[in-house]
Amino acid sequence: MPSNRKITPSTLSIKDLPWQILWDKDRCTLCGQCTAVCPVQAIEPAVFRKRIVNTKLNTEAEITDEHTVYYGIRQKTDPAYGCVGCATCQMVCPNDAIIPIRGDEADKLRFHINRGGQPRRRGGRRNNPESLLDRIKFIRISMLTDPALDAGRHEFELRTLLGRVLPPEENLSFLRENGWIPPVREIYPLMIGGMSFGALSPNMWEGLQLGIAYLNEELNMPVRICTGEGGCPPRLLRSRFLKYVILQIASGYFGWDEIIHALPDMKADPCAIEIKYGQGAKPGDGGLLMWHKVNQLIAAIRGVPQGINLPSPPTHQTQYSIEESVAKMIQSMYMATGFRVPVYPKISATSTAMAVLNNLTRNPYAAGLAIDGEDGGTGAAYNVSMNHMGHPIASNIRDAYLTLVAVGKQNEIPLFAGGGIGKTGNLAANAAALIMLGASGVQIGKYVMQAAAGCVGSESDRCNICNLGLCPKGITSQDPRLYRRLDVDDVAQRVVDLFLSFDTELKKIVAPLGRSTTLPIGMSDAIGIDDHHAADRLQIHYVV
Amino acid sequence: MCRLFAVTSETPISPMVAINALDIMQEGHDGSGVGLFLRDLGGPFEEIKDAPILSGIFTESGLKRLDMYMMELGFMTKYKISIKIPKTAPPGVPKRDIYLVRAYEYPEEWESLSQETLYDRLLDIRLALRRMGEEKEDMIVFSFWPDVIMIKEIGDPMQVAEYLNLDRKELKARVIMAQGRQNTNYAINLYACHPFFLQGFATMTNGENTAFIPIKEYLLSRRFSGYTGYQSDSEVFTHILHYTMKKLELGIEAYKHVITPLNDEDLGHHPDRGFLGHLKNTCRRLIIDGPNCVIGCLTDHSIFMVQDRKKLRPGVVGGRPGMFAFSSEICGLDAAIPDRDKARDFQPMHLDTVVIGPDRREIDLCRQTEKLPLLH
Repeated sequence: MPSNRKITPSTLSIKDLPWQILWDKDRCTLCGQCTAVCPVQAIEPAVFRKRIVNTKLNTEAEITDEHTVYYGIRQKTDPAYGCVGCATCQMVCPNDAIIPIRGDEADKLRFHINRGGQPRRRGGRRNNPESLLDRIKFIRISMLTDPALDAGRHEFELRTLLGRVLPPEENLSFLRENGWIPPVREIYPLMIGGMSFGALSPNMWEGLQLGIAYLNEELNMPVRICTGEGGCPPRLLRSRFLKYVILQIASGYFGWDEIIHALPDMKADPCAIEIKYGQGAKPGDGGLLMWHKVNQLIAAIRGVPQGINLPSPPTHQTQYSIEESVAKMIQSMYMATGFRVPVYPKISATSTAMAVLNNLTRNPYAAGLAIDGEDGGTGAAYNVSMNHMGHPIASNIRDAYLTLVAVGKQNEIPLFAGGGIGKTGNLAANAAALIMLGASGVQIGKYVMQAAAGCVGSESDRCNICNLGLCPKGITSQDPRLYRRLDVDDVAQRVVDLFLSFDTELKKIVAPLGRSTTLPIGMSDAIGIDDHHAADRLQIHYVV
Repeated sequence: MCRLFAVTSETPISPMVAINALDIMQEGHDGSGVGLFLRDLGGPFEEIKDAPILSGIFTESGLKRLDMYMMELGFMTKYKISIKIPKTAPPGVPKRDIYLVRAYEYPEEWESLSQETLYDRLLDIRLALRRMGEEKEDMIVFSFWPDVIMIKEIGDPMQVAEYLNLDRKELKARVIMAQGRQNTNYAINLYACHPFFLQGFATMTNGENTAFIPIKEYLLSRRFSGYTGYQSDSEVFTHILHYTMKKLELGIEAYKHVITPLNDEDLGHHPDRGFLGHLKNTCRRLIIDGPNCVIGCLTDHSIFMVQDRKKLRPGVVGGRPGMFAFSSEICGLDAAIPDRDKARDFQPMHLDTVVIGPDRREIDLCRQTEKLPLLH
């Protein structure tokens, strides 16, 4: 750039970007695959001018000055094309000639990514790699006074209940008198949380469903998956596999026309219905499927026109109070499914969660409460919502459990925790910690995308372009050129792998605690943390 | 590990039978304490079966406070055992003022009360006394119930028994439960000492209850005043028994289905799977996670033994018509009932509940996979 060229406020250098592309001219074959594959067109083929000055030791010899060109890769500095660090270029490069490297200081791109007054929107998760759950240790190890169990050989029954469980006295009396007893499902405590058909690609969705079906039918693991807010493919609605599926209804009601019409043809009841009132990644904000992803198939399943943004409102617009929002809606959903299907709300973790929970304790139909913490992920949201809004899951789930204990309903309303479980890879440890804090089970989303499909997203702002439908792995794209990269059967295999390994790790945690007959829900004497304030807040042991 | 011994006999016997059995099994406990539960009493108590008996340990001032309290309520002493203790206590046994076993006459105005109300009031009085005692550290109350005596003390069982002169003719019972304590995770506190008692139900346990905290939280949240204490993780077994039989109105054969329900596969084959499935779901927070051997006594004077699903704790059953016993070890049985057919001794396994009824004619073995008797 000439030194006198005009610059704009948003003129950035490569150094200002979060990711710098390192390209090795010697190894590059100029095949062009990296530039073709880059989801954000951060790199382009370029012609570089080069001058070679040949001087000799013999001062009388002529100095030659040669001007040449060579071809290579140039990184764009326009904020709209900033490299997202997905490293797909590196993955496709036959000679490993290219790799994105994170800058050594905070980028300047973040100040310019709101051009046109549009704040940054992205997919992914909160950009904070810390995890309180990772700091919780399991400290009550059975030693001699009671034998530790053999995780490999002992009999374990690590299931949980989803549904409104009546108090024993009431249940037994209803049983005698043929009264109505709410439906209760016995399920595996690790569930795949709501990720919609639309947010996920068809191949990803099918792979997850296939994996879940295999776990249930072949391995006798009652794992459940939630649809998220995007409806459910008609064939699945009319198949026996629906019983492994939790249908989600959210404020956009997308896909529910199709679901309601399928009710008479259903061969099996769905596992449950989740009413989504909030999401940990963007609490107090509605769902969002950006127009890039609303193709013919998605539009058909959701019952909307093609190619438009699909923002769900932050609340259910037809309802204005908790009584209406929760009580009536829960009851309506029960009625629609013949009172055979548990219906429960899902909310964002919030300091007001106890008000919701207290209301549910008085609602005899509420089948549970799912709470999604600030570390939850999403396909699309405003960056500010993801990074700054929300409540940590640990203290919210603990408060909720202790609230239930105070009113004696800890067995009646199961709590499900979500958001940041396994964010650093410690899935079983995080899940067990939450269970011992009081959760009946946990929901995971991002972990599945990472473990079952190779999502490259991270808590340090890598990739995160799920919202644009440009997912380089084909996980969150609706473009067949992208999602055909993902093999359905391979995803299913990985889903099975992850659940089997989780199961072994969970046993490796509970067996030394002497637990095998039931899931150790609320076994708070078994856990400790090295932070006094956190220990006080969670009412667990302080250990150093 | 603790050592347990329970005996039921058609003729009243001395608690020394059980103490001897514990002494024989002394390699299995550290002599840090002993707990005794006597029921279906003989001797002078035979004539006053309905009179509630207060058992506990008092200081001189505590006894005065007790007398004032009971007099205000209108209770009159009907009969008492005076335990005169030697001047020097054996090593490890604390010096106490009074070991109290005192039968009362109900206040006159209580005569018209239903048994249910009466029993609730007895519980209230015991809990009130316990609170009073904890406040000034001058009373420890074990039970206040008709036809039941409880004695607990720190120290070696045999030495304590000799010290208290338990081998006396006025102290005889048809049902005796005894525990030799192994002091492990809790400081020595007599309220942490087995057997535990609540409204006619008593249990003692061998082993650690790893699910203690969630169970305790669940019982506390039942809002029943008797579900309190929990100085020991084993106290919940008594309270779950009470909950099963009094609150849920189920029989003893259901107790094991509450504390260690069948796994889903076995449950699927059970003739009562519908009922048991509901029981398992609704009582899920009462599932113990052993290893535990629970021995207990019911209001009809039956005694029972239950093993948890892991079956990692010892427990043997033996005897002859008229006298049966449960013991942690066979040598304990040998000491108490030498004239039995030893070939018929057996060790209940992970699905078994053993009950010996008040007629003491036979051992009733209830396997968890069997059909339940008709529900009442």
